[in-house]
Amino acid sequence: MSEKLIEVNNLKKYFKTKNGLLHAVDDVSFHIDKGETLGLVGESGCGKSTLGRAIIRLSDPTAGEVIFHGQDITKLSAREMMKIRQNMQIVFQDPYASLDGRKNLFESIAEPLKVQKVFSNNADLEKKVFELMDTVGLARRLANTYPHELDGGRRQRVGVARALALNPEFMVLDEPVSALDVSIQAQIINLLEELQDKLGLTYLFISHDLSVVKHISDRIAVMYLGKMVELTDYKTIFNDPLHPYTQALLSAIPVPRLDVKRERIILQGDVPSPVNPKPGCRFAGRCMFCQDRCREEEPELKEYSPGHFAACHRAMELKESGGKAE
Amino acid sequence: MMSEDKLLEIKDLTVEYRTVDGVVHAVTDLNISIGKGQTLGLVGETGAGKTTTVKSIMRILPDPPAKIVSGEILFEGEDLLKKPESHMREIRGEKISMIFQDPMTSLNPTIPVLDQISEAIVLHNKITKQEAEQRAGDMLELVGIRRERGSDYPHQFSGGMKQRVVIAMALACNPQLLIADEPTTALDVTIQAQVLELMKEIIRTRDTSVIMITHDLGIVAEICDYVAIMYAGEVVEYGTLRQVFENPKHPYTVGLFGCIPDLYAEDDALIPIKGLMPDPVNLPEGCRFHPRCNQVCEKCSRERPHMVEIEPGHFVNCHLMVPETEQGGEQDV
Repeated sequence: MSEKLIEVNNLKKYFKTKNGLLHAVDDVSFHIDKGETLGLVGESGCGKSTLGRAIIRLSDPTAGEVIFHGQDITKLSAREMMKIRQNMQIVFQDPYASLDGRKNLFESIAEPLKVQKVFSNNADLEKKVFELMDTVGLARRLANTYPHELDGGRRQRVGVARALALNPEFMVLDEPVSALDVSIQAQIINLLEELQDKLGLTYLFISHDLSVVKHISDRIAVMYLGKMVELTDYKTIFNDPLHPYTQALLSAIPVPRLDVKRERIILQGDVPSPVNPKPGCRFAGRCMFCQDRCREEEPELKEYSPGHFAACHRAMELKESGGKAE
Repeated sequence: MMSEDKLLEIKDLTVEYRTVDGVVHAVTDLNISIGKGQTLGLVGETGAGKTTTVKSIMRILPDPPAKIVSGEILFEGEDLLKKPESHMREIRGEKISMIFQDPMTSLNPTIPVLDQISEAIVLHNKITKQEAEQRAGDMLELVGIRRERGSDYPHQFSGGMKQRVVIAMALACNPQLLIADEPTTALDVTIQAQVLELMKEIIRTRDTSVIMITHDLGIVAEICDYVAIMYAGEVVEYGTLRQVFENPKHPYTVGLFGCIPDLYAEDDALIPIKGLMPDPVNLPEGCRFHPRCNQVCEKCSRERPHMVEIEPGHFVNCHLMVPETEQGGEQDV
């Protein structure tokens, strides 16, 4: 059956701030199968990017394990990590900020290959870079252009080409299409899907846009304030969400259709600060089903049906009553 | 394009930016109108000319390089483009006001928010400072912020709250026309839902006309009565919400819908529009969309299309369309 490519156990990432400890990612566990796309959604500040970075050790986790091919990479030295990095790459959100303005397109794509000393002669390097440009749909004549001469869609293709250069198995895609116009967004999403089919890539797709995540993912994880609150396959999360936050998030998306009438759940207030979070459920302050227990005891991520995890004390009760419980 | 009470009517507006690299054709022969109490969605991608259009209404385009080449902008029957600047100052903020995309940069960080709201009220009304502050406090409560927080500075508010302050400021003088330029783009979805709900409520109770600029067709479906789809400085399709969403005709409009993943469909394959936005300095001959169009014909690269009314109130700027009068109703293209 499916084979786990990456397994994350009790991962924590805290930042010290002058007001206390910021719990950016707090005790998160999940795995990603080989060839799978796991979508990670949540609003600003929920810790989704921090999680994506901690998994490939762009920042070192505070605690927890990241097991890649059976090896806990959080314990590896910088030298050992450099080898593993060939296998795990990241594409960043902002194609305007993630490229070096003084390197032309060819140099940008060649950089990871040079760093890892993959080729000993320039002819091979050149061949590989041009192949990569073909793969991501960049015309070869653009090799000498600089980032400022390119539009956002093309820059993001450069970002994808750089990430692909070392033939990774696993890619973290951190909001790769959020900065792009819809017509270009669709081009890049299709490109990512084609590459996955062709090269058997495994993706962690981070986004705040649920429609895009649903489109590309096999399973979807929802985060709120450093915690994973729900995890299941892409169909179940839309048809049968268990966590009240997931329900509110889904109902808040404006849908470009006139034939869909939905009941909207408007959440009160804003996301609270992740610095020194209060005990209990992180969502308690905004949840309409909150009880005393929710303010005292932190809910665990529990499996309610095969493969469907949620962290809510009242998940079962709310499901049975159709979300009408008082 | 619309009958009944027109509050604002833009006729053949053409705006250019004259730069060292050449003339940027930002808006060309644009015609739109909006009636009292109606909400018009102005939809398009980056560089479509949406913001240039509304900045022309407010007359806040930087000149140079921007130049309004021709056209009329009739507000309550009077041409705003012919008004002296002093007169425009009276209109801005009082009769027409604007909400900008980024609430983080549209507030003054050194002034408490209540003072920023009352500033506009004092400017346009002959009332005392106390009365103005009273009204500013009422406005804060209208947008769901406690009056006491008026003495706080912008950095003490979250993004969603700041956008509420901006909305309170824009509505303080009870304008007839509110221009909202991507008012929720910088906000998270749950906060966006709060702000949209608030705007809907205010529009309904105050009978304000709204021009809503957005790239999100979901927001349009939620809040607008009429829709204008813009591409490369032109309106390519215009009609009621129902007409444009249920019967989109322009290949660009159809393409836009094909680009968004559908939350409610099992099979949601994306059909991207090929190619890129044209360079506004060097626009294609004929129809501006033809190099990216999947239904392009020989005529498209030669001749500029004209707006065709395919059903009452539904206009499409495409050669494939045949006017309703010549067709006698239904048609297939």
